[in-house]
Amino acid sequence: MGIESKAGNLGVVTVGLEQAVNWARINAMWPMLFGLACCAIEMMSAQASHYDMSRFGMELMRASPRQSDLMIVAGRVSRKMAPVLRRLYDQLPDPKWVVSMGDCASCSGVFNNYALVQGVDEVVPVDVYVAGCPPRPESLIHGILTLYDKVRQEKLTTWA
Amino acid sequence: MQEPLEVNYQELQHLVSERALKGETVLLNMGPQHPSTHGVLRLLLELDGEVIINCIPDIGFLHTGIEKNMESKRWEMAEVMTDRTDYLNTTGNNLAYCLALERLAELDVPPRAQAVRVILVELERISNHLVWLGTHALDLAAMSMFLYCFREREAILDIKEMCSGQRMMTTYFRPGGLWRDIPAEFEIAVRRFIRMFPGRIKEYEALLKKNPIFMDRTRNIGKISAQDAINLSCSGPVLRGSGVAYDVRKAQPYSGYEQYDFMIPTGTHGDVYDRYQVRMEELRQSLRIIQQALDKLPYGPFRSNNRKYVPPPRAELGTSMEAVIHHFKLWTEGFTIPAGAVYQPVESPKGELGFYVESDGGNQPYRVHMRTPSFVHLQALPFMCKGHLVADLVGIIGSIDIVLGDCDR
Amino acid sequence: MSDEHLKLTLKALKDRFGIHESQFMKYPPTMEAGPEQIVGICKMLLDEFGFNFLCELTAVDYWPQEEPRFNIIYGFYSHAENERIAVRVPLKGDHPSLPTIEGIYHGANWHERELWDMFGIFFEGHSDLRRIIMPHDWEGHPLRKDYPLGYEEPQFTFNYDEIDQRKHHARYEEA
Repeated sequence: MGIESKAGNLGVVTVGLEQAVNWARINAMWPMLFGLACCAIEMMSAQASHYDMSRFGMELMRASPRQSDLMIVAGRVSRKMAPVLRRLYDQLPDPKWVVSMGDCASCSGVFNNYALVQGVDEVVPVDVYVAGCPPRPESLIHGILTLYDKVRQEKLTTWA
Repeated sequence: MQEPLEVNYQELQHLVSERALKGETVLLNMGPQHPSTHGVLRLLLELDGEVIINCIPDIGFLHTGIEKNMESKRWEMAEVMTDRTDYLNTTGNNLAYCLALERLAELDVPPRAQAVRVILVELERISNHLVWLGTHALDLAAMSMFLYCFREREAILDIKEMCSGQRMMTTYFRPGGLWRDIPAEFEIAVRRFIRMFPGRIKEYEALLKKNPIFMDRTRNIGKISAQDAINLSCSGPVLRGSGVAYDVRKAQPYSGYEQYDFMIPTGTHGDVYDRYQVRMEELRQSLRIIQQALDKLPYGPFRSNNRKYVPPPRAELGTSMEAVIHHFKLWTEGFTIPAGAVYQPVESPKGELGFYVESDGGNQPYRVHMRTPSFVHLQALPFMCKGHLVADLVGIIGSIDIVLGDCDR
Repeated sequence: MSDEHLKLTLKALKDRFGIHESQFMKYPPTMEAGPEQIVGICKMLLDEFGFNFLCELTAVDYWPQEEPRFNIIYGFYSHAENERIAVRVPLKGDHPSLPTIEGIYHGANWHERELWDMFGIFFEGHSDLRRIIMPHDWEGHPLRKDYPLGYEEPQFTFNYDEIDQRKHHARYEEA
């Protein structure tokens, strides 16, 4: 129906602009290496061959913030590290998303004291919180897929 | 906030050489976020071209205030926090804490619990060395080692999960023994692992041991002599790589280690390659210990019967009044440890892990200090890396095997 | 077997410095010494008795008790004799100071920096005494007992509004 029937076999596909852009963003979202503590080990396990994250588009982790889209804050953020975290978040080019992995990043977990930032959302805006101490690699993947669902709903008005 | 995070110039003046002040050498910041620093470690390097003149570590980016936080929790709740210091050696940390409490309270541990503790701690040692090997090789550009090591590690995490329900932070060891008895599948899984693993070690050695690139990048790099290492309080594979055969499991055995027959591997030159060989041999020796412990695994209770510290089984609550009272007191107030202090050393995969526990007779720890090997070894880093290139520094950091959670607590 | 060596060491310490054993530490055997004696004790342990490995350097705060306020614990190990020994040094006052043993055991460097950072204990003669674990402009010494934990109150229904005003960004909202 529409243009496709008129174009016939020319190999033309029509799709909404929002859908196309969101599809492109989801299927090759590269995370930045921001593993801080124990959750980093589970993130590495999720990247390794048993719970492969590459099948969801996260082929490799870029160490440089300029070359990545997603920041998975994996681990506890101390007060000394908070300015560094904010600086790296500012260096990520748009579009950017943040996944707060683990209890310590979401709400400081077991440690309610002077040394930790009580939840990383005091420093950067977070899109998805993944709970667990540390969350299983399957939980992390579920969190990533939730983020994908969220990105799929994004509208032209938010990112234009 | 965009303010740069640096120490005042005047404060660091005494650490850099005069050439830096004249502008001849470059001060480079190998920042907290770096793929090769194994965590959030910041290094200030003074470079003459590519050669390192001085290296000033700046730690504290993962400081969690664990020691202070433990003072406001009860004894059994504080054990949860010990897992999270050195997160690659969680059972080892639990073991050190429980041993310190058992020494203070003079609590007995049944032999079955001791044997299971040894098996799980040795499995954790293998798991730690696998992560070390994977990340060390990844830094030296052997990327497939990372995937192989994490595949092996999944088998060990499955074993831990079947015992305690958690993959990493198990808190499975409690004062007096274990939290609950091991399931029936434990022995089958561990035997399958012991059968499969020696072949895998051969595969890893085939990839790396005689590899000319690996040997060029690790031989004669990061040398430290035995005298310097002892004076700098190094222990574990860093000290054994320099030729000193010191292992806390042999020197001051705990938890039944004196029954098992194993060797302590040492190196000769004290460089990165020797530390690699020491750790690879430790993998084999750990397998030997697990085999012996599993063969000798005795039947019996898995936790002490001292009801002041160990809750009674639920079936007893229906019949005995004392059991109800003990249960009530343990759940509302927790147990109290008699006043005193103890320093309990344990051999963690990274070195000598010591717990200094002081009690004032209450149900909360008065002071817990963890003498962690990573904190002490990082002091030795400036000695090891003077005169090397920046690319060698990556190999040296990998060979010391630091974990920043262990260092900063 | 090397109990002999340990007994000899303890006796020599008692004779030369006039110090006594502490009953408080259950393991390892501990002596209590004064702050001005510690450098002499360390030299003697290293040179004459072969305690060449410094395994522990930490402190305890006994606030509000003023006398002593702090207790520094040094732990030593001898590779040759396979023996452990410890020394406790009581200190008083809010700004105590102690001579450094960095020249004798190089491994004490960072331990003493950590004690300065966490407890405020000043080490005279240390080459580089600055904060190591806390940010360089932090005020206060966190592990002292009069320093607050920094506990943040969790949000329940009875204080929902009061915490919501402070932390509105942490509100749970449906996506």
